[in-house]
Amino acid sequence: MNLPVDLNLLSFCVVVFLLAGYLLLDGFDFGVGALHCFAKGEEERRRMLGTIAPFWDGNEVWLVTAGGVLFAAFPKVYASVFSGFYLGFILFLFALIFRAVSIEFRGKLSAGWWRGIWDAGFCASSILAGFLIGIVFGNLVRGIPLSADGEFTGSFLSLFHPYSVLSGVMAVSFFVMHGALYLVLRTEGELQERARRWAACGTAFFSVVFSLLVFGTVFQVFWISTLVKQQPLILLTPAVVFAVISGIFIEMKKRRDLRAFFLSCFSMLLIAGSFSAAFFPNLVISSLHSGQHLTVYNAASSSKTLSIVLLIALIGSPAVLVYTGYVYWVFRGKVKLDSNHY
Amino acid sequence: MDAVLLARIQFALTISFHYLYPPLSIGLALVLVFMEGMYLKTKNPLFLDMTKFWAEIFGLIFSVGVATGVVMEFQFGTNWARYSRYVGDVFGSSLAAEGVFAFFLESSFLGILLLGWKRVSPQIHFFSTLMVALGSMLSAVWIVAANSWMQTPAGFHIVGEGALARAEITDFWQMLFNPSFLDRIHHVLMGAWQAGAWFVLSVCAYYLLRKKHEDFSKACMKIALVIACLSSMGQLISGHSSGITVAKYQPAKLAAFEGHFKESAPGKLYFFGWVDEKEERVKLGFGLPGMLSLLVHFNPAKPLPGLKSFPKENWPPLNIVFQSYHVMIAVGMGLIGLSVLGIFFWWRGVLFRNRWLLMLFIPAFLGPQIANQTGWIAAEVGRQPWIVYGLLRTHEGVSKAVSANEILVSLALFTAIYIFLFLLFAFLLLKKIQTGPAEGELAK
Repeated sequence: MNLPVDLNLLSFCVVVFLLAGYLLLDGFDFGVGALHCFAKGEEERRRMLGTIAPFWDGNEVWLVTAGGVLFAAFPKVYASVFSGFYLGFILFLFALIFRAVSIEFRGKLSAGWWRGIWDAGFCASSILAGFLIGIVFGNLVRGIPLSADGEFTGSFLSLFHPYSVLSGVMAVSFFVMHGALYLVLRTEGELQERARRWAACGTAFFSVVFSLLVFGTVFQVFWISTLVKQQPLILLTPAVVFAVISGIFIEMKKRRDLRAFFLSCFSMLLIAGSFSAAFFPNLVISSLHSGQHLTVYNAASSSKTLSIVLLIALIGSPAVLVYTGYVYWVFRGKVKLDSNHY
Repeated sequence: MDAVLLARIQFALTISFHYLYPPLSIGLALVLVFMEGMYLKTKNPLFLDMTKFWAEIFGLIFSVGVATGVVMEFQFGTNWARYSRYVGDVFGSSLAAEGVFAFFLESSFLGILLLGWKRVSPQIHFFSTLMVALGSMLSAVWIVAANSWMQTPAGFHIVGEGALARAEITDFWQMLFNPSFLDRIHHVLMGAWQAGAWFVLSVCAYYLLRKKHEDFSKACMKIALVIACLSSMGQLISGHSSGITVAKYQPAKLAAFEGHFKESAPGKLYFFGWVDEKEERVKLGFGLPGMLSLLVHFNPAKPLPGLKSFPKENWPPLNIVFQSYHVMIAVGMGLIGLSVLGIFFWWRGVLFRNRWLLMLFIPAFLGPQIANQTGWIAAEVGRQPWIVYGLLRTHEGVSKAVSANEILVSLALFTAIYIFLFLLFAFLLLKKIQTGPAEGELAK
């Protein structure tokens, strides 16, 4: 099949779209989880859980689907990255297991110690999962030691380089900001006021960590330093992100909560989008040799499989967007505690 | 320890543990569709109570299924990197389709099923239940398609050589409808329906013996018994037809199922036995001579190729395959018998007073679980030494970047966490069963 389009580029866009969707959607429930322990009292915790209860599971599907699409479209990346980050990724999966279980098991008994355990589990696993996403992101940006046959040659501890740790902290701070802004939207009264303060702190913290990360990226990541020298204009991207972050402060002050939340989404889309654009055509950068990068061309499946994946995405995504949107619409508005079991 | 062996143990552990839950939720989702459908049709609040009670249990089962299922989506990459590179072009699109077409559907509408009672109309709620059931079954369709391709690969060609060789798709529909897919998806789905139906039967039999929630239990049992009976019987058809496919495409596996060693002789159908791998014969066994040939070729005298027709390095582990296969069949037959008895006594109008049968129903929820697990063991261990039948050996598929020690760490953690998870799950499930359904006004 000879189509006048770049199937590899389109498949790359589908992967980025799914991952960005995952960060935005599961992102806010990671944030709610991280803030869960700061809530005052049982009633507030239940309301916080209520804001994500109908959605968190569907949000996680974005990750699972991104995994499936990555497997189909870029199997070499799927294989090298997940086997390379082995223990880190296993930890991430454990965090997801604990999160799921904490959310679901918490309300099944009313004893204080029981709920306390799952509250702590929910909070810790949300922070850990967010942090590990940042670690993975940081390592991918820095480049990983990938041998000529595409095997990761580093160690588990080598994943925790200062730059990737900073990236991990940035991810957590983004999720906290994002989750707090989401809580402002979905709650009222005292809890909403508290969420506003969390959102303000979270946004301030995020902007600090993000600026550190921008410095780190420009000066520490060799291929981006080169890129900046060739194209100094790309430094405008972080400038736009800062403008968006200031926008979040302004909208929060004006109590335009929905706009503040969407600006938070936009900031993440900008970060994800600009890094993806900078990466292209690379998917995984080998710190050992530039000839060993995995790219959307050398790591891809056949054009037949790519077109199958794109067709699946084309047929499936309108339906997915419609019923995901419908479910969000059904559960819109401020959360009230009713007889549901959270 | 050997990294390949550890990776295999980890995969076996995580998939077996995961597979305790999806069959239950697929089966329960079907039961829920009937219950809620009856409610819409009759407006009898009893059916609403039933739907709400089983929906809550469904939610509990589903959450553990999801938590352990995410692990599976990524374990191909973490532990079987070489395999992933080899099959990604073919196998990956099924996984992508599973996410797009099944998981999104299932998990989006699950929110409405569990929490949307007061937010949508009864019709929309029923529709959501239907979509959850459909989504759960579709996920089985795609994953079984992928697994069947590993058993009977089709619609592909091999490109590259040596360590770089990989399968590339040539025909999507041939890949999807590979020779064993249709039989196996029937078999898997009906196994799941059995799991859900017998679970309901077991809980309700317990209630009836305790003289609790009697109207509730009787109504649940009628729905579940019909599903249990039809799907148990259906397993005879799908199982038989699966057997013929295995005989045609994986003859060494069929020979291992029945411990059939002789190069060319009519196949014996064992009821039980012990495979002596050294002496290469079945000991202490009882079986019908020629019956296997009769089932496969409709001719008891027709010879079937035995294990000795294949090089020994292509034999699967024999006894475990033989035993798990026979346990599956024995349990399956038992479930047919039990469900037929149930229907018979229901017809005679004495089912709900028949204490010994109800007593047998209580442990019967284990039946489908055992049959599902042993069936998959027979299918997957029977595929050995291949990870993709005839193409790639299991030991070649493993991740090179992951050391044995790293797998040991993850395996130990998985074991600990899964034991913990199982105990919690069992505790919460039993507690929910003890509490029982909220009836009438309470349920509103």
